[in-house]
Amino acid sequence: MNVIETEGLTRVFTGRPERGNRLRRSRHVAVDDLDLTVEAGESVGYIGANGAGKSTTIKMLVGILVPTSGTVTTMGLHPLKQRRVLARRIGVVFGQRSQLWWDLPVRESFSILAAIHSLTAADERARTAELVEMLEMGEFLATPVRQLSLGQRMRAEVAAALLHRPDLVILDEPTIGLDVLSKQRLREFLVAQRREHGTTLLLTTHDMGDVERLCDRVLVVDHGRLAFDGTLDGLARTVGARRELVVDLAAASPDLVDVDGAEHVRSDSGGLRQRLAFDPQRTTAARVLAAISERAEVLDLSIEEPDIEDVVREIYRATR
Amino acid sequence: MRPLTPPARNPYWRFLVAGFRGQSAYPLATLAGLVANATFGVLKGSIMGAAVESSGGELAGYTAGSMAAFVWLGQGLLGSVNLWGGSDLQTRIKSGDVAVDFLRPVSVQASHVLTDVGKGLFGLLPRGLPSVLIGVAIGGMVLPSDPSAYALGLISLLLGIAISHACIYAVGTAGFWLVESRGVAVFYMSFSGLFAGLYTPIYLFPDWLLTLALLTPFPSMMQLPVDVLSGQVTGAGAWQHLGVQALWLAIVLAVGHLTTRAGRRRLEVQGG
Repeated sequence: MNVIETEGLTRVFTGRPERGNRLRRSRHVAVDDLDLTVEAGESVGYIGANGAGKSTTIKMLVGILVPTSGTVTTMGLHPLKQRRVLARRIGVVFGQRSQLWWDLPVRESFSILAAIHSLTAADERARTAELVEMLEMGEFLATPVRQLSLGQRMRAEVAAALLHRPDLVILDEPTIGLDVLSKQRLREFLVAQRREHGTTLLLTTHDMGDVERLCDRVLVVDHGRLAFDGTLDGLARTVGARRELVVDLAAASPDLVDVDGAEHVRSDSGGLRQRLAFDPQRTTAARVLAAISERAEVLDLSIEEPDIEDVVREIYRATR
Repeated sequence: MRPLTPPARNPYWRFLVAGFRGQSAYPLATLAGLVANATFGVLKGSIMGAAVESSGGELAGYTAGSMAAFVWLGQGLLGSVNLWGGSDLQTRIKSGDVAVDFLRPVSVQASHVLTDVGKGLFGLLPRGLPSVLIGVAIGGMVLPSDPSAYALGLISLLLGIAISHACIYAVGTAGFWLVESRGVAVFYMSFSGLFAGLYTPIYLFPDWLLTLALLTPFPSMMQLPVDVLSGQVTGAGAWQHLGVQALWLAIVLAVGHLTTRAGRRRLEVQGG
C-alpha cells in the first residue's frame, strides 16, 4: 500500500513584496508539480537546501496547508477533508514546535495525548512505560516542560508523536540542535520502533548522519522539484559521499599522496595535520589509517562526514 | 448503548483541566492581578458610590449596597473573562504553532475554548473569591439573601465565562486571514469593557447606547452574570438573562466554527 501519494502537487505563495511596487503581487512556487510515492514500511529522508520546499511538502501531506493544485493522499485519506481520521494514524514532530503542555509535567502531556488518541488506561500505561524506558525519560517525567533541556524536550516530543503507535511518522528536523549522544539515542529509538512496528518514516534533516543511519531511501528536492530519488548508495555514487580522515602526525611529513584507496585533500601546519578523503564503499577507515601509520606516527585523528549541504549542492550541480 | 467515558479519558475534559492547572503555575502573576483588581475596585467603588449618593441614594435601580456588589463582582470576574481581546489562538497562528493543534484528532475550536475556560475557572479561586471578600469587608457590598440568586448566578457566571472565551476564539480566527491580528484585538477591547459593564452598569447608558450594547455579546460576559449573582435581577428576569446568554453562546460558537472551517483553507503555517 502507498502511504503517501502525490500527483502534480504544487503550492504557490503569493504576497506583497517588502520593497518596490507593493501593488504587484510576488509569486513564489514552493512546491512544483511534485509526484511522490512512499510505500508502507519505507524510511525516507527528504533533504534539500533551505527554502527548497521540504516543509511546504510536509504541511500539505498532513493537511495543514492547502495545495494550489495537484492531489495528495496520505494513508489513503484526504488530508484536509479527513483531518481527524488521519491525525489518529500519523505522528508528526516539527523540531521547532512543541506539542507538549508548557506548564504541565511531561507525564501529564502524555496522559492528555493518550486521551486525545482514545488509548485505554491500560494501553496508556504500557505504552508510556515503554517509551519512558526506551528514551530514558524517567528522570524528567515529573518536570514541567518549560524546564526541560533541549535534548530532553526533543525526546519527549518524539515520544508524544509516537504514543498512539502511528503507522506513519513524519519528523521535521528531529535532531536539530541536539548533542551527539542525544542524536544517537534518538536514532537508535527510531530504528527500534521501525523494526518492531513496521512504522513508515519520513524525515527532513540537515544532518547526514540521520540519513545514513535511519533512511533506506533519499529524496532530494530543489526549487520544489525532485532532483534525486534513490537509495543512499545511489546517492553516494552520484555525489561521491566521501568521508575525510583528518590525522595529526608526530612530525611534519610530506603530503600523503600515495595512500591506497584514499586521496590527499590538504595539508596544514607544514604537514603536521593532513586530510585524506576516502569512499567508505571501497575501503575502510581502518585500512586507510593502517596505510598512513606505515608512513608516519599518528597522534590523533578524526573522521568527518560530508555535510548534507555539500551533498545537496552536488546533486543540484549534477541535475541543473 | 455506549458506556460513558470516564472524565480522565475524555480529551475535552482534559483540556479544561489542563487550562485550570496550567494557570496555577503562575501564583505571583495571579497575586499581581488580584492587587490590581482590588486597587481599581476601591477607585471604582468610591466613584460609583458617590454617583449613587449624589442622585439621592438610588441610581438606575442601584442602591449603595447593590452598586458595591456590581463593582466587586465585576472586579472578581476580571480574572475569568477575557475583555482585552488577545488569545492563545492569535499568538499560535502568528508563530505557526497552530499547526500542532490541527494535527490532533479533536476539534481545534473546542480544545482552545475549553482550555481558556479552564484558565478562567481557575481565576475564580485566587481572584474572584478574594474580590468578593474584599467587597464585603471594606466595600459595603451586600450579598443576596435568596439562595436561588446563587444557583442561577453560578450558571450565569459559567455561561459568561464560556461566552467570553468562545467569542475571543472567534475573534482570534481573524488571524487566518490577517496573520497579525493585534489590531482586531485592540478594536475588540475598545468596545468589550464598555459594553460588558466593566466601567459602569450599562443601565446608566442613554437608551441608544444601551440598545447598541444589548446587540453585542459583551453584556452577557459580565453585566448579566453580575445582575443575577448580586440578586439585582431575580425570578423571570434572571431566567431571561440566562436565555439571552445561552443564545449568545450558541451564536459565538457557531461563528467560531464557521470561521475555523473557512480560515483553515487560508492558513499558511508560519515559520518553516
